Amino acid sequence: MKLAFVVQRYGHAINGGAELHARYIAERLARHAEIEVLTTCAVDYVTWNNELPEGVEQVNDLPVRRFRVKHERDPIAFGRLSERVFNQAHSIGDELDWIDAEGPTSPGLIDYIASHANDYDFFIFFSYRYYHAFHGVRAVAPRAILVPTAERDSTIGLSMFKSIFRSVRGLMYNSPEERAMIQTITGNQDVPGVVVGVGSEVPANPQPSRFRQKFDIRGPFAVYVGRIDANKGCKELFDFFNAYLKDAAGRLTLVLIGNSLLEIPNHSRIRHLGFLDDADKFDAIAGSELLIMPSYFESLSMVALEAWALGKPVLANAKCDVLKGQCIRSNAGLYYDNEAEFVESLRAIEHNKWVAGSLGKNGRHYYRDYYDWPVIEKKYLDMIDRLSKSAPLRAIDPAPGWFERQKVECPAGAQVVAAVPAGPVITSEAYVPRPQTPISPPLPDRRVVERPRPFQGRDRRHQGRRHGHRPHSGGLR
Amino acid sequence: MPDFNVRSDSVNVEQIMEQIRARIREKRGADYTEQQIQELAAVKLEKFLDPRGVRSDLLDQFRKAQPPYRPPELPNYAFEDVTLFESHRAPLRLMRKILKPILKLFFNPNPLIQALNIQSRLNTLYAEREAKGEAARHAYDQLHYEVMHNLVLETTRLGIEVKNLKMRVESLTSRLEFNERRARALEGVVVYKPSSEDRVEPAPPAREPRPEQPPAPNRDAMRPPPPPQGGQPAQEGPGQRSRRRRRRRGRRGGGPVAAMMGGPQGAPSDLPSETSHGDTPALAESGQENEQLDEPVNEVASRSSELSHSEAPDFEPQPVDDLDGDSDPGDHEP
Repeated sequence: MKLAFVVQRYGHAINGGAELHARYIAERLARHAEIEVLTTCAVDYVTWNNELPEGVEQVNDLPVRRFRVKHERDPIAFGRLSERVFNQAHSIGDELDWIDAEGPTSPGLIDYIASHANDYDFFIFFSYRYYHAFHGVRAVAPRAILVPTAERDSTIGLSMFKSIFRSVRGLMYNSPEERAMIQTITGNQDVPGVVVGVGSEVPANPQPSRFRQKFDIRGPFAVYVGRIDANKGCKELFDFFNAYLKDAAGRLTLVLIGNSLLEIPNHSRIRHLGFLDDADKFDAIAGSELLIMPSYFESLSMVALEAWALGKPVLANAKCDVLKGQCIRSNAGLYYDNEAEFVESLRAIEHNKWVAGSLGKNGRHYYRDYYDWPVIEKKYLDMIDRLSKSAPLRAIDPAPGWFERQKVECPAGAQVVAAVPAGPVITSEAYVPRPQTPISPPLPDRRVVERPRPFQGRDRRHQGRRHGHRPHSGGLR
Repeated sequence: MPDFNVRSDSVNVEQIMEQIRARIREKRGADYTEQQIQELAAVKLEKFLDPRGVRSDLLDQFRKAQPPYRPPELPNYAFEDVTLFESHRAPLRLMRKILKPILKLFFNPNPLIQALNIQSRLNTLYAEREAKGEAARHAYDQLHYEVMHNLVLETTRLGIEVKNLKMRVESLTSRLEFNERRARALEGVVVYKPSSEDRVEPAPPAREPRPEQPPAPNRDAMRPPPPPQGGQPAQEGPGQRSRRRRRRRGRRGGGPVAAMMGGPQGAPSDLPSETSHGDTPALAESGQENEQLDEPVNEVASRSSELSHSEAPDFEPQPVDDLDGDSDPGDHEP
């Protein structure tokens, strides 16, 4: 079996959510199938400037085939088109212009996918909103599996994506909220889909004391990991944390990890450490009392999952349906809707140690049951196996003609999304039991070339029990 | 911070959040969301505020009264050197151009054109300035009304808070009164028993009240008949109990206990024997009894103060007899 992973950017230094997601999945599935990554030469997700060489290179022993981006993003044109398609009635031609302006516009990548469709069993596309996924799925719809990584924003309301979601072979959702939203908007309930998410490379032995010593952190602290941006809810976080600081009994310090696009309040109990490597990040989470996730829009918060994997509770923004739903389903985090709830929830976690401990314990169980690698791998392999045995449901709609493109009959994206019911999905996703035996490849004609394992040093088979995981009797784990 | 009522084995996030919200409500007195406050300010303002001077829909009224601002279209003040000779008809324009030198033979139009050109510029300048001023005034009006609206909202919020605080003060006052009543009741049921010497000693005959002391009409009116002469106080009757209550009331009324219990000043003459003596031994005895009695009184007082801090529903008044028996050490004497 040969799988192609198609993603907008790919590489060691690329830490975007969907890109990291794709890399983790590709490297994990490389044990069961032959994997090739198809991507662009871009590194910057704003300009899509060609910074990496075109052609094939190896990244963690996986072949990565890069294609040039035809043109960089023009922010003015993109902003104008975004305003039009998100907030006004528009034509399908406007939407096609919008996705061309958004990028990464790489016709070479699409041509390659179309011409080599038969060389791969399936193409797994990441991030529905970009050029490569839209045109790539249109090129090879009968072999396309989509990992949408969709958030509740105006993009999902664009009309052109409906045919994509209805024509792919399978969908790997990140959360039940994402699935409910996409199914409501696109009506693709009959397309095979499963809530999967992604695991993480959580270290077995994080060292909080090393982190405290390195950054001179004393006393209990709450940690935020991610881009420090108003769009991520950090402005609100600062306001709410300032309210918490007025409480004389509160002792928590807020530690911020990530690049900042926002002015950080000058207070001795708000510490900004900048961008840290993974080791420091995990040490910080392990040493913290809790992780705070103030973001309004998330498809799947990997940081929250990592905190749960390390047995730490999460305090999430209740305005984000996905985070709130995860907190409720896992029983491993609290959530806030306003300042008073933020302060009280923080106090509850800080002062009731057994509450924090119980939430963390639940988080470990939740991560282990739903987001640990054996579970994730099994879901992917089951889906591929299922799709291999069935025929495509429908053919993709033909591309609109010239006259079709001029009709102004598409509603504004924001308007479509506003009509979709919000709120967390309380019922838990179908539980997939952890495989007790080694996961077998889905097809017998596997043509996997023996190669050294990419993450041998971090493979739990050689490390024994990972932090928060049950001991097992062997096999893949 | 109080603990949550959930156990670690079955921690439930929604339950914790409910408890957190309940705590917030308890702190606030009433949990109003911003939307509710807006609704209250818009509709039910008169319930919380004096509606004489404020309107709850200021901003809406203002927006209705004021059409959206549009900058005025400036008139065409342009005046150039060719303006006088302009025409949309080309032949006429040509004729004027040809005859212009002849016109200049009669008078010089250039100063006129120059003056009008300057005037047109001034007009444009003043019109622009006026438009800018108008826009600024409009913005200020919006700002003032916005501020006024916010003030109304804040006033509403404060009104609600004052109402809640009043309710809390009333609640606390009623609880305080209840506690005071309870303390009085507890103090009232304390029973003092006479010492053994006083019990065996025959009671002296009832004496007339001392003439120099004014009678206490209330006490006398409520005073029970004297105990049977020569009788042993083997059993405690209701009369005795009321006598003890009377004695307690007398102590609370002020003055030293010795004086109240039979000292030379202020003791009623028909009090029981142990308190009716006016001589020194009686004073000494009463002093002894005072020492004996102070202890249970202090006990009861401390107990009542402890009870007053507890929650009202937890309080269960004990039967009077039980309290008598528990609080008076004289009962246990042989």
